[in-house]
This record gives sequence, C-alpha cells and structure tokens, in this order.
Amino acid sequence: MTDTATDISSVNPEQMKVSDEVAIDIRNMNKWYGTFHVLRDIDLTVYRGERIVICGPSGSGKSTLIRCINALEEHQKGSIEVDGTKLSSDLKNIDKIRSEVGMCFQHFNLFPHLTILENCTLAPIWVRKTPKKEAEETAMHFLEKVKIPDQANKYPGQLSGGQQQRVAIARSLCMKPRIMLFDEPTSALDPEMIKEVLDTMIELAQEGMTMLCVTHEMGFARQVANRVIFMDQGQIVEQNEPEAFFNNPQSDRTKLFLSQILGH
Amino acid sequence: MSDTHAQSVGFVQKTQIPPSPPPAAETGAFKWMRENLFSSTANAIMTILGILAIYWFASFSLPWLLNGVWDAENLSQCREILDGTSGACFAVIAERWNQLIFGFQYPSEEYWRPFLAFLLLLVAAAPVLFSKLPRKMLIFTGLYPFIAFFLIWGGSIWVPVFALLGFVAGYFAFKKLEKQSFAMGFFGGVIAAFAFWWVSGFITPDLSRIIPIDLPAVPSRDMGGFMLNLILGTVCISLSLPIGILLALGRRSQMPLIKWICVIFIEFIRGVPLITLLFVANVVLAYFLPPGTTFDLILRVIIMITMFASAYIAEVIRGGLAALPKGQYEAADSLGLDYAQAMRLIILPQALKISIPGIVNVAVGLFKDTTLVSVISMFDMVGMIRGPILASTDWNGVYWELFLFAALLFFVVCYGISQYSQWLERQLNTGHSR
Repeated sequence: MTDTATDISSVNPEQMKVSDEVAIDIRNMNKWYGTFHVLRDIDLTVYRGERIVICGPSGSGKSTLIRCINALEEHQKGSIEVDGTKLSSDLKNIDKIRSEVGMCFQHFNLFPHLTILENCTLAPIWVRKTPKKEAEETAMHFLEKVKIPDQANKYPGQLSGGQQQRVAIARSLCMKPRIMLFDEPTSALDPEMIKEVLDTMIELAQEGMTMLCVTHEMGFARQVANRVIFMDQGQIVEQNEPEAFFNNPQSDRTKLFLSQILGH
Repeated sequence: MSDTHAQSVGFVQKTQIPPSPPPAAETGAFKWMRENLFSSTANAIMTILGILAIYWFASFSLPWLLNGVWDAENLSQCREILDGTSGACFAVIAERWNQLIFGFQYPSEEYWRPFLAFLLLLVAAAPVLFSKLPRKMLIFTGLYPFIAFFLIWGGSIWVPVFALLGFVAGYFAFKKLEKQSFAMGFFGGVIAAFAFWWVSGFITPDLSRIIPIDLPAVPSRDMGGFMLNLILGTVCISLSLPIGILLALGRRSQMPLIKWICVIFIEFIRGVPLITLLFVANVVLAYFLPPGTTFDLILRVIIMITMFASAYIAEVIRGGLAALPKGQYEAADSLGLDYAQAMRLIILPQALKISIPGIVNVAVGLFKDTTLVSVISMFDMVGMIRGPILASTDWNGVYWELFLFAALLFFVVCYGISQYSQWLERQLNTGHSR
C-alpha cells in the first residue's frame, strides 16, 4: 500500500501499473430479493491496484454487486473472496473484511451527531484500537488530503454536499483500507461539487488504491479506469478497457446505453 | 452586484443610505396591542371577553389566596380567624408539613437523612443531566444508589457496601471474560455478582456485630409522603430507561426468540392498566412467593412501575430507531464496527435524541402515576392527604388547599423535567441546521 506520507505529485505514472495479486475474487455469485433474481452468475476478478468503473441502467444490480463485496447485502449462491478472506456468515469474518474495505455512499452517510474529526477517528479508535492522539493525526492528514482540514471541528450538517462526500472519503481512508468501493458518489451532488469529489478520487487512483466505482461519470471512467464494466438486468454484459469500451462497444445493449448517456 | 448587471440595467448605486429608526407609531407596546389584541372587531371582542374572564376568576381566587391563614391549630380555629371572609386555610400545610413530605411514620429525629439523600440526589444527577460538568462526578453518581439506600432505610452499612462490592465483582469478572466473547463476559459477570451476594449474606450479620456502623433502621412501610413519590419516581425512571433501550433493541433483533420475548412483554404490559399491576404487586405476588418470604412492598411496586414504564419507553425508542436513515446503519457496518459499537456510538445517540420528547413524556407521566400507590394503601403524598390528614378531626374538609399544594409540588418537578428536556434538545441540535 502507498505510504500515507507520499506526496501525490511525486507519484510516477509507472506505479499505476496493475499487479497480478488478486484483491477480490467473485465466483458464480447469485443474489435474490425474495424471488426476484437481482444478480445472476457474476464472475469478477479484481487485481490489486485496479480501478474499475461499473455502469449500467438503474436497477441493473451494480450497487447491489458492490454492496455484496462488504456484505451489506447477502448473496445466496457462489463465493466472494476479499483479500484472501472468504465471505461467510461468520460475523468476525465480515467485520474483518469491512475494516479492510472502505465504502462511500451516494448520500455520504456521515454521522450527524459527531464532528468531522470525530467521524474520521471513530472507527480507527474503536475497531483498530488506535490511540486517540494518533487517530486524530491520521484523520487530519487525510482531511488535508481531501482539502478540508479547516472544517475538522464542524458538524456534517454545516458542510456542503461536496465537502461531505470528501469527508466520507477521508473517513474511509482513515481505516487504511486496501480496497475502496464507491456507490454513485457524485449522484446526489450539484455539478460544481462533482468535480471536487472526482478530483479527490482521481488523486486516490493515482496513488494506486484498488477502486470499484459505480458511477455515471463517463469522463472519470475514461480518465481513471483501467476496466469498465457494463451491467444490465443483473448480469455483466460487457467489460473492456475504457478506450475500447467507449469507442467500440460490442453488445447492442451497451451501444444503446452509451448512445443514451453520451448522446446529449 | 456585479458591474455586468449594472450595465444591463443602466443604473449604478453611488451612495449608501444610512440606517434610520422606524416611525414612532410602529414601535412599542401600543403597536403590539393594536396588531395582536385589537386587529379586528372579532379580535377586540375576544380580547375584552378574555379580560372579563380573567377578572372574574381573579375576583374570587385572589382574595382566597391572599387572605389565606397560615397559622392555626385546626380548621375551626382557622374559620374563627377568617370570621366569615373568603380565605384559604393554608395552616394545614404548615401544621402537617412533615407528614406531607415524609409520611406519618418516619421517625422525626431522622428527617435529616432523607433530606440529605435528596440534596445528594441533585449532586448525583447533575453530571448525568449536564455533560459539561467534569466526568469524574459520575463516580459519585455510581455510588449514590447505595448511599441513598443507607441514608433512607438505615440499618447496617455493610448491606449496601456488600451490594456495591457485588457489582464491582461482577464488573471485574465481565472485564476478564469479555475478551473471549461478550455473552460469556455478561453471564460470567452476573454469576460472579450473585455468588458474591450469596456469600456475603452469611458474612453480613456477623460483620455487623463485630464492626457495627449503622443508622436506626426504618422499614419500608414507614416511608410516605412526597418522599415516597420521589423515591419511586427517581428509581423507576432511572431503571426503566436502560431496560426500555434493551427492549427496543430486542424487538428489532434478528434473533426470533429474543424478538418474540420482547414483543410479548411490551404488548402485554401496555395492554394492562398500571393500577392492575399495582394490585398484583400488593396482593397476588405474595401467592407466588414461597411462604414466609417477606418481599418488600416498595420493591414490588418499583418492579411493577418499572416494567410498565420500560414497555412504553421501549416503544418510544423503537420509533426513534425506525426514524434513523438506513444509511447510518450501513455506514457503521461498512466501517467494521460490531453490533454493540454501532448501537452505542452511532445509532443510540441519534435515536435517543429523536426520542427525547417521548421519553420525557413517559417520565413525567410515570412520576405522576406514582400517586396511584395510594390506592394500594401506601401513604404517598396523595395517600397522606386522603388518609391521615383529611380523616383527622382537625382538618376534615380542607380539600382545596391540600390538593392545590400537592398539585403545585408535582407541577414544579414535572415542569422542571419538561424544561430540561427542551434545553437538552437545543443542546443536541447539531446536525440538521446549517
């Protein structure tokens, strides 16, 4: 993992190279909501350092897929392995995986009764048993990185949406996760705030973080992703490198989706 | 604004108009009256009618209140002093003050003990109610129940001391075993505490003889007056809040057995009038206990009122839990917090904050419901008034003054609780305002 003290600007593009180490391994995964088949035979291997963008129409199961990875949703068939730990119903196992996998939500889900700093130090102190002082230093470091250290003692309700989402990213980073999941992180934001959040995510990508990102920001996908996955009706329909995916989509469903999303 | 705007309209503001006071007719009491009391004909009529109603009420209640007699031996003496004029006979409150506050059996030379316990209650409650006070004061809060028990009931000091040490033993057992699993720590702690109490049951009588530190014992049946209401209210509110939280969490539990136990308990208790439960405590419970056991009546009443209030508080808190967005649970989960941590650090602080008005509602209701114990012949404040005082030949027939006084005491406490809760809500109001 990248040292937290690394200066972003000094990162060599060469470091962005993807390794052979497997971070997430999903095999033949199926999920049902009652009798409704949401995810069908998902096979996906994510390598360490990969940045994957998942897109698709609403209801296609993309959010459900990444929520299965940290067991916010249960899957009923198949297997998910994160960092070599297999997801089972064992609570210890789930908590271990969750502390290794950071997640950012569409609606930020900051804790409104805690200050920004407390939001960031809570999990390190209680889950990692980090001493308070050290946790606060780490939190300030990441808050500086997302460029809002001066808001540390405010409450989430006093911040703008974009700032809240950046705090949410910092909060996840404070757990020093090896994988980051983003569930439509910019969908609830005003256009001018989208950029500040995407910039933060791009920086994170440049440091070599393994990222899975559900988003409709196709510019971000082009710039950052090394793989784009298109999902429809609970299946992975197509996946490819961004260049090939956008310029030369193979399936008709992908073509239709891209024409709709890029058409205006 | 910007110069582009100015150009498009063709106008530039060059000078700043200095602020000036509003016209005189638009300020002060006159304006307020015109706008609020006499804004229309209907409004003016209502205002005048309202003033007449207030005058009518004050014309007979004020002389009665102000002309009140505070110094008299009994009702007939009081009437002599009044000599046919309208006036209250407040002398009953002065003469029976101790009975109203402490009941008629509490030994009068020991009145300082419940009074001291009451003063210490204020000290003990302060750090719980006001988070700005030093947290070290909570140590005293933890010790307070045992101090208060010793002060009010008296007897040997070793009883509350060993009770306290039992809790300490349970806590250390819990800490020791908690590392293996929470459930093991919990049950280990409970077993350790009970084992300690069981053993100390043999030691206490001898130890009390060898090192006698004690206050004259006052049995539970001698408790009475407003003191009894305060004891019941304080104990039941402080016990029913944690039990209510556990019941609310249990009702939302994933485990069917726990869930159903909580649902049945809550629904059963809520479906039964409190007075029924109190009769059960008074009469029926004795049938289920082994013959010869004397199970303190106050303790039985405390158990019943606590069960009753905790069922209501559980429902209030369940509402608070349900009102939290699902994202809060998910965010806590996604950070790797376990169930206990997520509840304690994220969910409950927010759910309880939402539930404050409801909890206070239950607490105020509970405090007033403590007067129901007068029905099962306990002499709380209302019991004292209805029984010994009104039945005495001296004061037979002074209803208004006594019940007004009782109402006033309860009002002061309940209004205080309500004001505190509103203050607390404002204090906790961080997240939602920008």
